Amino acid sequence: MSWLTPTLQDLMIQALWETIIMVGASAGIAVALGLPLALLLHVTSPGGLSPNAWINRPIGLAVNAARSTPFIILMVAIVPFTRLVAGTSIGTTAAVVPLALAATAFLARLFENALREVDRGVIEAARAMGATRMQIVWKVLVPEALPGLIAATTVALVSLVGFSAMAGAVGGGGLGDLGIRFGYQRFMPEVMATVVIILILFVQGLQSLGDWLVRRMSHR
Amino acid sequence: MTETAPNRAIVLQGLTKCFVAGGTLALDDVSLAVQAGEVFGIAGRSGAGKSTLIRTVNLLERPDSGRVTVLGQDMLALEEDALRTARRGIGMVFQHFNLHTRRTVAENVAFPLEIAGIAAAERRARVAEILPLVGLEAKRDAYPAQLSGGQKQRVGIARALASRPKILLCDEATSALDPETTREILALIRDLRDRLDLTVLLITHEMSVVKAICDRVAVMEAGRIIEEGRVFEVFTRPRHATTRSFVAEVIGHGVPDSTLARLPQPEAGEVRRLVQVVFTGPHATRAVVSQASRDFGLDVNIVSGRVDEIAGEPFGVMALAAYGAPGQVERAFDWMRSLGLTVTELHA
Repeated sequence: MSWLTPTLQDLMIQALWETIIMVGASAGIAVALGLPLALLLHVTSPGGLSPNAWINRPIGLAVNAARSTPFIILMVAIVPFTRLVAGTSIGTTAAVVPLALAATAFLARLFENALREVDRGVIEAARAMGATRMQIVWKVLVPEALPGLIAATTVALVSLVGFSAMAGAVGGGGLGDLGIRFGYQRFMPEVMATVVIILILFVQGLQSLGDWLVRRMSHR
Repeated sequence: MTETAPNRAIVLQGLTKCFVAGGTLALDDVSLAVQAGEVFGIAGRSGAGKSTLIRTVNLLERPDSGRVTVLGQDMLALEEDALRTARRGIGMVFQHFNLHTRRTVAENVAFPLEIAGIAAAERRARVAEILPLVGLEAKRDAYPAQLSGGQKQRVGIARALASRPKILLCDEATSALDPETTREILALIRDLRDRLDLTVLLITHEMSVVKAICDRVAVMEAGRIIEEGRVFEVFTRPRHATTRSFVAEVIGHGVPDSTLARLPQPEAGEVRRLVQVVFTGPHATRAVVSQASRDFGLDVNIVSGRVDEIAGEPFGVMALAAYGAPGQVERAFDWMRSLGLTVTELHA
């Protein structure tokens, strides 16, 4: 392990930390923005609690547009917006902006699917009991969909780890970037292998945590 | 019930509902009145409109036209807020139970109280009071997935009754259950009706459910009510062909054609008539057949027969092959009809 110099060790720890920041922060933002979007999409959909095409269509379109733009292009295309929000267009903080945007669109759809899985009968029962729309959303829809929402978040987290590797393009750092710069560009296959192994373990950990939570939450 | 006109709990007048513009009517000018305290059944095949009809009572389904009056309240005139309050007075039980999978039994039962803004302590007290009524005290902390179908429906019933409604709507409440459990649940509903002074409106595609629990029944077909009356009357004297086939599922009025064909032919100078006789009322238990045989000089072959009970009233159904002199057979049947029996011709 003579290649693993203290400097390289420090770089790896820093890269891991950057990955965690990028993935964690963007996932947090994506959940916070994606859930309301998904609820709006679900509630305003035809046959929903308050069908409204004027709200549903534009949101659906925006979500699809963000999802169909390749991440590397999205990242560059929104640089002015990133600068506005993060105050800079390079670095880990700057990378969080496009990551959060992509993940929000992705999660909005996944969340919407999870909400659609909720048994319509439970909602009808709540209506029959005199529940308000807000009560149906927060006391029936979201609690019943919770295991699905957590599963969706797990999927998004894992995808974000992959996306974050591209964040090197805007100087975001992270494990993926380290692998490219040292493993590929400096011909250090050991570094590449180590980075890949860390990423695999990282993703595996996320997935196991997500699965465990889903199992705990659902009572099917 | 006293001599005064019984209190009408649910009155539906001239309801019409069309789901697809220009398509067939799910409800076609339906009117119905359910008396306070009775168990009223709506029977029909799937697609007959009964599901739509029961949903108009709490306006889960809004009719295109007509009036819905529940406990004297014009439901269609209510604002959203008032409608929600009114819905709390109408419990509903569903075919697939519709329980919250992530709430325990106690939490499911407490749900209607929770959304009505009732404090936690009072909710707990009410749940503790209602679970014994459905026999589920021991399961209060179980999740629905851990319960059998019958237990799930008991939770559904407890939940429907949590906010002390006076009306219970049952939407195919036993259709997902096996016959034994169905009997238990129906007995429970009837028992709760008596104890809590409920008015029950139920829909079902099974006449056995109507027979087991209902006081009155309406039969629906193609969005219309084709027959309505006391359960005993409808079962023993069905007027509409659809009702007859429905009733036959439970009572088994039919005699196989092959059996009829095997009956002996009449001898010379004799006629043979095949009839079905329904014994009801005070003469249900009288020895009508042997008396007719004696008084009118008939030979009577009993092809099939059974005795049953509907809503506590006994009745019998018999298929007879009667042989005798031409005028005598007719006179015997007329005599039977004069006793209040229903005599209908079977074709061989």
